[in-house]
Amino acid sequence: MSPSSPPGGPLPAVHTHCPYCALQCGTILSERDGAVTVEPSDFPVNQGALCRKGWTAPALLDAPDRLRHPLVRRADGVLRPASWDEALDTVTDRVRALQAVHGRDAVAVFGGGGLTNEKAYLLGKFARVAVGTSLIDYNGRFCMSAAAVAGTAAFGTDRGLPFPVTDLGGAQAVLLAGANIAETMPPLLRHLDRAELIVVDPRRSRTADRAKLHLSPRPGTDLALALGLLHAAVTEGLCDDSYIAERTGGFDAAWRHAAAWWPERAEEVSGVPARLQREAVRILARARHAYVLTGRGAEQHSKGADTVAAYINLALALGLPGRAGSGYGCLTGQGNGQGGREHGQKADQLPGYRRIDDPDARAHVAAVWGVDPRSLPGPGRPAVELLQSLGTGQGPRGLLVFGSNPAVSAPHSALVGERLAAADLLVVADFVPSETTHLADVVLPVAQWAEEEGTMTNLEGRLLRRRALRPPPPGVRTDLEVLRDLAVRLGQPPGRFPVEPREVFDELGRASRGGPADYSGISHRRLDAQETLHWPCPTDEHPGTPRLFLHRFAHPDGRARFAPVEHRDAAESPSARYPLIATTGRTLAHYQSGAQTRRVPELNAGVPEPVLEIHPDTAARARLADGMLARISSARGSAVARVRTVDSLRADTVFLPFHFPGAYRANLITNPATDPRSGMPEFKVAAVRVEPATGWT
Amino acid sequence: MSGIVVIGTGPAGHRLVTRLRRHDGTAAVRVIGAERRPAYNRVLLTDVLAGRLRPGQLELPAHDGGVRVHQGVTALGIDRRGRLVHTDDGRAHGYDRLVLATGARPVLPVLRGLLRPDGGMAEGAAAVRTLADAARLPGEGPAVVLGGGVLGVETALALRRSGRDVVLVHRNRRLMNRQLDDRSADLLAGQMRSEGVVVECGRRVRAFAPGRVLLDDGRTVPCAALLVCAGVRPVTGLARTAGLAVRRGVVVDGLLRTSDPRIHAIGDCAEYDGTVAGRVTAAWDQADTLAALLTGGTGHYRGTPPATRLRGPRPELAVIGRPDASGAETVLLSDSERYARLVLDAGGRLLGGILFGLPEAAAAAGQHYAHGLPLPPARLAFLLGTRPVRTAPARPADDLVVCHCNIVTRGQLAAAWRSGSTSAAQLVAATRATTGCGGCLAEITEFSRELAGDGAA
Repeated sequence: MSPSSPPGGPLPAVHTHCPYCALQCGTILSERDGAVTVEPSDFPVNQGALCRKGWTAPALLDAPDRLRHPLVRRADGVLRPASWDEALDTVTDRVRALQAVHGRDAVAVFGGGGLTNEKAYLLGKFARVAVGTSLIDYNGRFCMSAAAVAGTAAFGTDRGLPFPVTDLGGAQAVLLAGANIAETMPPLLRHLDRAELIVVDPRRSRTADRAKLHLSPRPGTDLALALGLLHAAVTEGLCDDSYIAERTGGFDAAWRHAAAWWPERAEEVSGVPARLQREAVRILARARHAYVLTGRGAEQHSKGADTVAAYINLALALGLPGRAGSGYGCLTGQGNGQGGREHGQKADQLPGYRRIDDPDARAHVAAVWGVDPRSLPGPGRPAVELLQSLGTGQGPRGLLVFGSNPAVSAPHSALVGERLAAADLLVVADFVPSETTHLADVVLPVAQWAEEEGTMTNLEGRLLRRRALRPPPPGVRTDLEVLRDLAVRLGQPPGRFPVEPREVFDELGRASRGGPADYSGISHRRLDAQETLHWPCPTDEHPGTPRLFLHRFAHPDGRARFAPVEHRDAAESPSARYPLIATTGRTLAHYQSGAQTRRVPELNAGVPEPVLEIHPDTAARARLADGMLARISSARGSAVARVRTVDSLRADTVFLPFHFPGAYRANLITNPATDPRSGMPEFKVAAVRVEPATGWT
Repeated sequence: MSGIVVIGTGPAGHRLVTRLRRHDGTAAVRVIGAERRPAYNRVLLTDVLAGRLRPGQLELPAHDGGVRVHQGVTALGIDRRGRLVHTDDGRAHGYDRLVLATGARPVLPVLRGLLRPDGGMAEGAAAVRTLADAARLPGEGPAVVLGGGVLGVETALALRRSGRDVVLVHRNRRLMNRQLDDRSADLLAGQMRSEGVVVECGRRVRAFAPGRVLLDDGRTVPCAALLVCAGVRPVTGLARTAGLAVRRGVVVDGLLRTSDPRIHAIGDCAEYDGTVAGRVTAAWDQADTLAALLTGGTGHYRGTPPATRLRGPRPELAVIGRPDASGAETVLLSDSERYARLVLDAGGRLLGGILFGLPEAAAAAGQHYAHGLPLPPARLAFLLGTRPVRTAPARPADDLVVCHCNIVTRGQLAAAWRSGSTSAAQLVAATRATTGCGGCLAEITEFSRELAGDGAA
């Protein structure tokens, strides 16, 4: 025993996972005299590594402005402390009143990709059964929806990585399309240090800096580029013809579109030299093991699903998916972005990644829930449409938000803020104040990561246990308790909304049984016994499925599908008034809307405000210089950020991170145009102009 | 039945019909096409000649069921008063709007032995315009390409790369003489020769006979296949007979209307603002504009900026805009294997340019031209595809960030060392450097060696 150990035994320590991104790095938390410390564990994904966010995560537990009691907006318009009974009664009285006048869909539910599987599942059930609304969606719509649509269409099921992260270590070549993992998930780079990297990103990101090849397309042209890559693969004779014949369908139709995108034409549209396109395809084709991975850069477009499909087409043409040591994957973003999209938070889905319009799925889930299948609502509206219709007369009048901050994270924030403010009822469950709780009528304080039990599904489809180091502070309830309390007040039997995560998980397993994401053989017990379990895992004896598609894809005929996709322009093009393209993204120090990371002193001190990245020539023309504040304006509005000139950036493009509130919200300028296939908004392309921000210092 | 009738199944007609249906799924569209096969992408014909693609791989996506396609049917005449198109299968097709997308036909030089007595081309000779042309050509043996324009150059290179002996005969002393200047034409000829193409500039073919051609200097060149790439002429017969205004092509305005406002023309048969563009990108632009106009949208065709980008892996050759324009500034770069000539206006925007052997700049210049962006002041870096060297303000070495994942500077590492963390492992424990992506591990190891050396000294 080390001399620093307290008398009576070692420090209390729990094995859990980082609260932030989809890597879900393994951590060991321990507490001494109320101070929590974190150490990375040797979990295979992070192998003893952590980024700055992970190291500083314990600071979140003691955020000084932690929400510790419910708040209700009083007649004077001010949010003031209230008892739980009062707050919950207020919510349910007003839900009933709205629904009595305007029908069931008068109230909507909005979830988050950071919620545990248990919460995500119970939230979907709560919406459909207790509230009885069809209107539920979540912030994963802004994150995973495009890849989910494309992946499901191509492979028959969507699991971000259909292989363990550690498989990447054996690759000789990896193409990263719109993924800046050096900033967004640094420990993942440890698995890529042997591969030749091809990075597709308009910016020379820190990830691109480490690449063998950097392809820098004009924002909004990734699809043209991906078609050019497929064209080159065909005309250079680099396709895996026997794989295409034996394991896929639809190649000819996909080729007919790619045929019009010879590399020189893709160059004209994207700006990526034809020579680099051919070189990229050669590198991938000559590698014995290779991967194509997409991230938000390829996905957050009004043609996001088609763009991902075009990259999947390339991977299929080269014979990568479903082969040991090679493949296609999407790098899921949020902590439980994977599990969060499988258990019923999505407008059109039921648990187990089932479709809500599938009669068999409805019958199965209704039986588990003990309700009549006919009582289950049909598909609702995707997030952007849901938020924009809030309080308009065509949409819901009340909204219950769990684990999300749409006032900052949704596109065209000014409008979203107006809609949230216009709602007759806005209820927000969170653990710290956010830009969305500021607008709420009722705020419900809930537990956070190290105060609760549950499971998360990381980007490789692996189930992980989140464990409590300490109980929530007095006055705070868990989300499961809140859902039960609300459901009971809405007339549900208490037994239908269990509050024990273990019990909820077992029910989730039964509800998912037979679905694409089948969790029914997984339990807290098996996870606590340190089993490595990737879904699907249909029985207690099943070892889980670390690698999907090795023998067949999930379509009935076992084949993957090429998608016939065609390039189209972004919803908005630069004009004389808005001559530049703004693209948005993340910075290492912060996570999502920043509601959490801006409360961590070490992170906020390092990056306290957004930095506008701009080419020095473009800056000079706009009379901007390093360190000045710039105003970035689009047809939707203006945001403010500090100028940093970057030599390597395209002169037609500026970059803005989206983690900041108020006038610094990048989403004040983003375009709410959405992808018709997935509902994904166009976060990555907005026509803007930049100028000095007068009146700001 | 009336609606929209399109004559021609080439790239212009196909794109138009696709867009019409996308904008308005109920649009009644009929297509009349003389070729017996489904519409295909003729731009890729050279890939078929080179064996890189099979003929079937050129097929364009089929139209949806709402489009009636009359394949292998030739339009014989237009009855403008009755708004009817008469076809060679004895039918008449009524229209509200008629679109001529009749394309162009190869120009055949006057050349002994090229034509059979019946007017068809002699065996072993063909133009490079249709899949039928490609199918006529013997798949092996020495080839002679007649004409050194863009198509001739691409064809010669593609055939050579498929392993055939190729002679390119061009009557001008410069290859691609409509696009290139002397220096770039020389570089192109040099590149082609280095790949094994025999380039005969300033020469003509006098006669073709099975197995050989006779050049105007009296030499005989073996020739299993003669590929005629001597330019094209717009197909305007229908329009002319119907009394529409025709100069070189069918004359159209910004709404792509002919002199009869119910009849439109697009693609290689159309002449806008005094020019027949003859490029697929122009045909697509015109099709896009017309599709919007015919489905109730707005738009105005204002020409397609000229740009020529040679297809294929080598050489890297781009011609943008009008390189012969006079501008406020000319940027020149020339060495033994690279060449750039850029003409800029007073605002630094590209009026035209020729780029050879500069793949990065060719791509970047294309984008700057297409979007009207001024060139960066660092012209040389732009041409070379490198970043300009800037004299950054000197940063104290202590402020340099070594580990970006955890923001650890050299100064912090040095301070930790002085406080007793005197090995790489201890530096890591004290500062968390290397614990993120791990990319700075080598640097930390090196730095700790440096510090240890300082201590010893």
